Amino acid sequence: MTGAALPTGTSPVDTDLLLKLDGVSMQYGRGETAVTALAGVDLQVRRGELVAVMGASGSGKSTLLTVAGGLTPPTAGEVIVEGHWLSQLSARELAVLRRRSLGFVFQDFNLIPSLTALENVSLPLELDGWSAKKAHRPALDALRIVELGDRAQHFPADLSGGQQQRVAIARAVVGGRSLILADEPTGALDSTTGELVLRMLRSRVDAGAGGILVTHDARHAAWADRIVFLRDGRIVDESRASAVSSLLGGLPL
Amino acid sequence: MSVRQSLLAILNQGPCYGYQLRAEFDRRTGSTWPLNVGQIYNTLDRLERDGLVQKASADKDSADAESHNTFEITAAGRLEVAHWLDSPVVRTTATRDELAIKLAIAVTLPGVDIAHVIQVQRTATFRTLQELTRTKNATDNPESAEQLAWLLVVDSLIFAAEAEARWLDHCENRLARALAAGTATPLPLSTDVPKRGRPTKARA
Ligand SMILES: Nc1ncnc2c1ncn2[C@@H]1O[C@H](COP(=O)(O)OP(=O)(O)OP(=O)(O)O)[C@@H](O)[C@H]1O
Ligand SMILES: [Mg+2]
Repeated sequence: MTGAALPTGTSPVDTDLLLKLDGVSMQYGRGETAVTALAGVDLQVRRGELVAVMGASGSGKSTLLTVAGGLTPPTAGEVIVEGHWLSQLSARELAVLRRRSLGFVFQDFNLIPSLTALENVSLPLELDGWSAKKAHRPALDALRIVELGDRAQHFPADLSGGQQQRVAIARAVVGGRSLILADEPTGALDSTTGELVLRMLRSRVDAGAGGILVTHDARHAAWADRIVFLRDGRIVDESRASAVSSLLGGLPL
Repeated sequence: MSVRQSLLAILNQGPCYGYQLRAEFDRRTGSTWPLNVGQIYNTLDRLERDGLVQKASADKDSADAESHNTFEITAAGRLEVAHWLDSPVVRTTATRDELAIKLAIAVTLPGVDIAHVIQVQRTATFRTLQELTRTKNATDNPESAEQLAWLLVVDSLIFAAEAEARWLDHCENRLARALAAGTATPLPLSTDVPKRGRPTKARA
């Protein structure tokens, strides 16, 4: 609990700190069948930072993302997004923050079956008050980046698994959201398409967003600035890229 | 060894002298495995001994030292290059894998926190992977054959590091299972001490 914590936005604002998890724990269920999915996680994501999360199945990676994205409140600890303490926000404020600031790529894509690819991608903008017409342009741009410009009018059921995944990614980045939370965004993709998605995530982050990338693939995690390892709901290790590579002579010109 | 064959393959394009060969090798491999000129001339000597290269017929006009050290490939050398490019590189027995040896020994020693050994290694492996990825990503699209060759080298290091990371995960799981099953007890020194001196022939 936060008790008499600072209300939203009155702490000295560190504008580069996009996300802060402070002693976050998450327990599903009660009593005998209770499962502790997160146990006291501290994590920060700053502007320009991509953090990868790795860990065995069931270690709490998806839970970490849903809690960080304000989709479920933690059972203990505090989540702070762009200086807002999520526990202090009303449901409506939380919805607005999620729509404007957070892009979420779900492990199971979560596309709306009755909407076309383009409509799925436009949806967060339209919910935010954009006209459909105005929203379609950035939505189409986002689809083009993931090389699905020619599938804009398809419904999810008519797309392959990897294509659906890319629509979900386009939806997460459309409109320049500042914090991208991606759960296995490359899981259904071949290695070239996977690289395309990582390159896009990386460029969004380099342009000033922040991101968390959950992945089982070490090569994909290596695109991040930091890699944290979860085990049984705890961060047990972390790898930070050093600024300068000492491994190679460098690029032949 | 691939340095020998690489130099031969370069000579297959035309006669070279030692420094020139070094420069050609470096620019084709992104200077990842620097060679010194001594190594190059040693290799050339052995290639010459094996009849795969020969001293180039000296240029009549220039009597400088360099032209004496210019080598050209022989017909046998060309065959050797073709054979090299046509056959797989077999990695297994030749190189000792230091990490595999380290973990194999560590798992048999009393009082070693092998899970910690694995974790320390994995952190280092991931850092390597991150650095390599970052280095690679600085070159979005190769613009020359040198860059392309260099990217292939970096990719190979990335995939090797990835394989190491996965192997470490696997070791960790195997270890956890062995601990649970009680089969991970360390090995004390064997009381069955081998005799000193040369091993004697086993009796039939
Ligand atoms: N809604 C839920 N109700 C009950 N338990 C849950 C719920 N969601 C997750 N869990 C449990 O919480 C733990 C962490 O689950 P989580 O989905 O975060 O794992 P994960 O690291 O994302 O795994 P995976 O790699 O398989 O996606 C698991 O033991 C899981 O069974
Ligand atoms: Mg998951």
